[in-house]
Amino acid sequence: MGMFDGIAGFGVTFSTMFRKVVTEDYPRVKKVTAPRYHGRHQLNRHPDGLEKCVGCELCAWACPADAIYVEGGDNTDEERYSPGERYGSIYQINYLRCIGCGLCIEACPTRSLTMTNEYELADDDRQDLIYDKDRLLAPLLPGMEQPPHPMRLGENEQDYYVQGPEMARRSDVQDAVREEIQMTPEASR
Amino acid sequence: MTAASEKAPEKPSEQDDLPPVPHGHVRLTIDDRVVDAPQGELLIRTCERLGIVVPRFCDHPLLDPAGACRQCLVEVEMGGRKMPKPQASCTMTVAQDMVVNTQMTSAVADKAQQGVMELLLINHPLDCPICDKGGECPLQNQAMSSGRAESRFVEEKRTFAKPLPISDEVLLDRERCVLCQRCTRFSRQIAGDQFIELLERGAHQQIGTEETAFGEGEDFQSYFSGNTIQICPVGALTSASYRFRSRPFDLVSTPGVSEHDSSGAAVRRDWRRGAVTRVLAGEDPDVNEEWIDDKTRFAFRYAQSTTRITRPLVRGDDGELHETSWTDALEHAATALLAARDGTGPAALDADGEPPGEPKRGVGVLPGGRLTIEDAYAYAKFARVALRTNDIDARARAHSGEELDFLAAHVAGTGLGVTYADLESAPAVLTVALEVEEEAPVVFLRLRKAARTGTAVHHLGQWSSPAVVKTGGRLVRSAPGREPEALATLPDDVAAALATPGAVVLVGERAAEVPGLYAAVSDLVGRTGARVAWVPRRAGERGAVDAGALPTLLPGGRPLDDVARAQLASSWGLADETALPATPGRDGAAILRAAASGELAGLVVGGVELADLPDPVLARAALREADVVVSLEQVASEVTQYADVVLPVAPVINKSGTFRNWEGRDRRFATTIDPSGGSSGRVGGTAAITLPDCRVLDTLAVEMDVDLFTQTPEVAAAELGHLGAGRPTEIGPVRGPDGSGDADGDTAAGTDGSLRLASWRQLLDGGALLIDEPELAGTARPPKIRLSTVTARRLGLVEDAMAGLEGPRGSLHLPVELADLPDDVVWAPARVPQPGGGVVTLAGLGLTHGGPARLTGGTTTDGSSA
Repeated sequence: MGMFDGIAGFGVTFSTMFRKVVTEDYPRVKKVTAPRYHGRHQLNRHPDGLEKCVGCELCAWACPADAIYVEGGDNTDEERYSPGERYGSIYQINYLRCIGCGLCIEACPTRSLTMTNEYELADDDRQDLIYDKDRLLAPLLPGMEQPPHPMRLGENEQDYYVQGPEMARRSDVQDAVREEIQMTPEASR
Repeated sequence: MTAASEKAPEKPSEQDDLPPVPHGHVRLTIDDRVVDAPQGELLIRTCERLGIVVPRFCDHPLLDPAGACRQCLVEVEMGGRKMPKPQASCTMTVAQDMVVNTQMTSAVADKAQQGVMELLLINHPLDCPICDKGGECPLQNQAMSSGRAESRFVEEKRTFAKPLPISDEVLLDRERCVLCQRCTRFSRQIAGDQFIELLERGAHQQIGTEETAFGEGEDFQSYFSGNTIQICPVGALTSASYRFRSRPFDLVSTPGVSEHDSSGAAVRRDWRRGAVTRVLAGEDPDVNEEWIDDKTRFAFRYAQSTTRITRPLVRGDDGELHETSWTDALEHAATALLAARDGTGPAALDADGEPPGEPKRGVGVLPGGRLTIEDAYAYAKFARVALRTNDIDARARAHSGEELDFLAAHVAGTGLGVTYADLESAPAVLTVALEVEEEAPVVFLRLRKAARTGTAVHHLGQWSSPAVVKTGGRLVRSAPGREPEALATLPDDVAAALATPGAVVLVGERAAEVPGLYAAVSDLVGRTGARVAWVPRRAGERGAVDAGALPTLLPGGRPLDDVARAQLASSWGLADETALPATPGRDGAAILRAAASGELAGLVVGGVELADLPDPVLARAALREADVVVSLEQVASEVTQYADVVLPVAPVINKSGTFRNWEGRDRRFATTIDPSGGSSGRVGGTAAITLPDCRVLDTLAVEMDVDLFTQTPEVAAAELGHLGAGRPTEIGPVRGPDGSGDADGDTAAGTDGSLRLASWRQLLDGGALLIDEPELAGTARPPKIRLSTVTARRLGLVEDAMAGLEGPRGSLHLPVELADLPDDVVWAPARVPQPGGGVVTLAGLGLTHGGPARLTGGTTTDGSSA
C-alpha cells in the first residue's frame, strides 16, 4: 500500500487516453465495411433497364430463414419486365428474418440478386422491414429505362445472357453490377 | 414374386436348392439376384420390385410399352450369350434363365444410359429456373443421377417458337420435348382423342396438332388434356392457368376428392398461402387410376372468387342484404323459419287486401346436389326434426316420382354396388340416359379401357356422339322420349349380351326426363339379370339419396313406414315415431309449386342454381312468394337476390367430409386448407372462416330449440354410420306413368316444322363451379344444334348455318352440325353459356328432352323466319 496507489489505479485510464480510439462515431461517421460485406440485397438490371430477375424462386428455395417470397409472372410482348418468358412479379425480402448468409446470392442463376454494403436495416415497424421490389430494385442508371418495355439489346433472351459479358465491357452500355461494385459504400447510400 | 435368393447365379449347384418356379412364372437373374417373375412382365417392373430404379421417360404403367426414349437400357444375357447391344427394359419381357445387368452392376448399361441422357439433353434448353416442371422434373432428376456433370455440346441448340398454345389450357414447349410420346399415347389409348401427334422427322421431329402443323384445323380439344401435362416427364406440356404460379417446393399437397362429378376421383390439391394453385390427379387404382377430367383438374378458383360470401347477410327493412353477425343472422333465420313452420308468419297475421284463407304453413328444403353425405344428412335431419316435414328434395334438376321409386328399389342404402372394376370386367354395358363423356368422364375412361379389352358397350341415345365412337360402342338409336319402347324392344343380341353374367346397365339422372324410362330400366334388369348402377352428374347426388335428402326416403334408404320412423326416432332421441312426419313429402317441383301458390311459407335453399331446375320461372316465383327464404351458399347466386337470410358455407377445400360416389363407395377427404389456420384461409384480403353446411344447420337448429348433433362432419358421419342401412325387405315396383304419359310426342314431329328435341348437358357449360376459369372455358366444346341430313335439307339448313331453336319462352341460336340423328329430331346442349356472361338453358326456354321444338333460320321451310 503506497501513496501512489490511488493514482496507479488510473494508469490504464491515462495510457488509454493516448491510444487510438476504437469507439465508432456512428451515426455521424459511417463505418466503411469490407468490400464483400453482406448488406441489403439488390435486384439488378440489364443495361437497358430490364430486370434480371426471372422469378425462379431459387433464392427462396436456398434461403435457410424463409425470408424471401417470390411469385413469378408471365412476360408478354406488350408488358415486358425481363428478357425471356418469366419475371418476378412479386419479390419480397423480410429483413426481420434475413440472416445475411448470402446463400440466395449463390443460388441466383441470372446474377440478379446481389448484396450491397448497406447495413442500416433497423426500423420501428415490422411491416416496413419487408422490402418489396420497389426498394430492392437497383436504381436506374443513365441509359436505362423503367420497365415494362421491349428488349432493347437483342432479339431474345439469349442475346442478353450470351452477349451480356461482352456488353458489360462496352462503354456505351451501363452495367448495374459493375457500377455497384465500383461504388463506394458512402456513395451507395 | 419375391427375390428367391440372394445367391450368385454362377453356381448352378446352389440353384438346385431353390424352390420350384411357380406356375406361370419364370426365373431370371437381375443384378446377381435370382427372382421369379410372372410371364410377360416387363423387365423394368421386375427391377422396380427388386428396388432397382432404372431411369426412364416414356415408360408409364398404364400406357402400352413404346421404347421411345431409350433411357432404360440394360445389359441382357440369354442362354449364356450376351445380346450384342443393351436392351430397353421397358419393352422387353422377362424370360426363363435371363441374366440382366442394370446400371448398378454393368458398366456397359451405365455408359449406354449416360450416352442416351447426353443425346436427350443436346437440344434441351437449360431453362430449368423458369420451367414450371423445375423441381419435380424426371429429366432434371435423372440428369443428376445418370447424366454427366458437364455438357460437351458447344454447338447451337435447335430452337422453336415457344410457348405454343395447343389449346387454351395446354402450352407446348417443343424445345424441352424428349419425344417420349407419353402424351400422344395417352390421347390415343386412354382418352381416345387423337388431336396431338408426332410430326416431322429427324431433328425436327415434334409434337403438334393439326393447327400447329397446317396453321389451321383442330387444336387439342380433349376433356382429358390436363393428364398429358401431369404425365409429361419434362416441361414440354405445361398448364396455361398454372403458368409461373409457383414452384413445387412452395406448395403443400393435400389429397382430396373431386367435387365436380359423381366419380369420386382422387385428386391432389396443391396450395400456397391459403389459395389452391393447381389440382392434380391422385392415384387410386380402384377409382380413377391416375386420370381425371379437365373440369376436375382446372376448376378450383371458385373458392377464391370475389363473389364468395364470407359473412352472414340479413335483408334489412330497406330491402337490401346487410352483413351481420352470426348470432343475429341465425336468430333472424330461426325466428322466421319457426313462424313459417307453424303458420304464424307475417302473411297469416296481416294479410291485408287478401281474403283471409288458409295461412301459409310449412317450409320446403332444397339442399342441392353438391353436398357431402354429412351435409346432406344434416339437411335431411333438419327438415324432419326442426321443420317437421318431409318436403326435402336434393335433386336440383329434372326429377320424377318414378325416379324416387327407382332410387328406393335399386340405389338407396344398397352400399357398394357396381364398381369401376366391374365395368372393366363386364362382358357388356348398356348406358341409358347417360352421355358418359359429358356427364361422367371418369366412368367414360373406364368404359373405354373396358372396350379395349373386349367389353361390348351399348349406348341408348340419339346419335353417334364422341362417347359412342370412342368406346367403340354400338348405338341403340331411339327417338327422344321413346327410350322406354326402345328398351322394351332391344335388339336380340343386345338383350342376350345383357343377360350374360356380369353385364351392367348404367342409367343416368336424365332418365327422369322421360316418363316410363326408369320403369323400363327396372324391367330390363329384372328381365335380363343385368346389374344396374345409377350414375348421376353431381358429386352429392348419391350421398343425398343415402342420407335421406329426398321426400320419400329417410336416411339409410328407409321408407316412411312406422317401423323405420320408430327406429329413427329412438336413434335420434325423440319420443316415438309420431315425432317424425309420416306423410310423404313434396318433391322439388311440388315444393316450388306450393311455395309459388302460397301454400308453403318458407324455403331453405342450399347450393341450387335456379337455371338448372326444370322450371326456372316457377322457381323464381316460388322464391319471390315465400315469406322467408334462407340460403346457405358459398358464392352469390340468383337465390341470394331473393334470400332473406344468407348463411355462408365452406367450399370443399375448407371442410372435411365424404362424397359417396356413384358406386356407393365412400370417398372421405380431409380439410385441404384449414380456414382457422392463421392467414391460410384468406379470400381477397379478409379472413374467410366459413363452416360446413352441417355445422351451420346444427347451430340454426339450436336456435330453433332442436339438437341435430351434426356439429362436425365427423360427428354427422358417425351418426349416419351408426344408423346403417335400413332398406325394407320388400321393395315396391317402379311405377311408370299411368297410361301413355308421352302421348304428346305422337302428333308433334314432322308435320308443321315441329321437331322432337333431344338434349343433354355438356361437361363445360358455364356451371357455378366454373367461374373465374377463362382457360378452361376456352376448351369447352362449342355448342351446336345437331340434325340429320334429311331433316336439315327439309328445313333448308346447311352445316355451320345459324339456326334458332324456338321454345315457348324464347329462342337459342347456334350453328348447325349434321349428325346421324333420327329424322325430325334436333339435338341441342341443355345449357349454353353466353359470351356476355349468364347462361341459356333449354328448360328456361320451356323445352324438354323428348318434347316438341321448332327450328328457324332455314331457307325453305314453312313458317320459318330468322
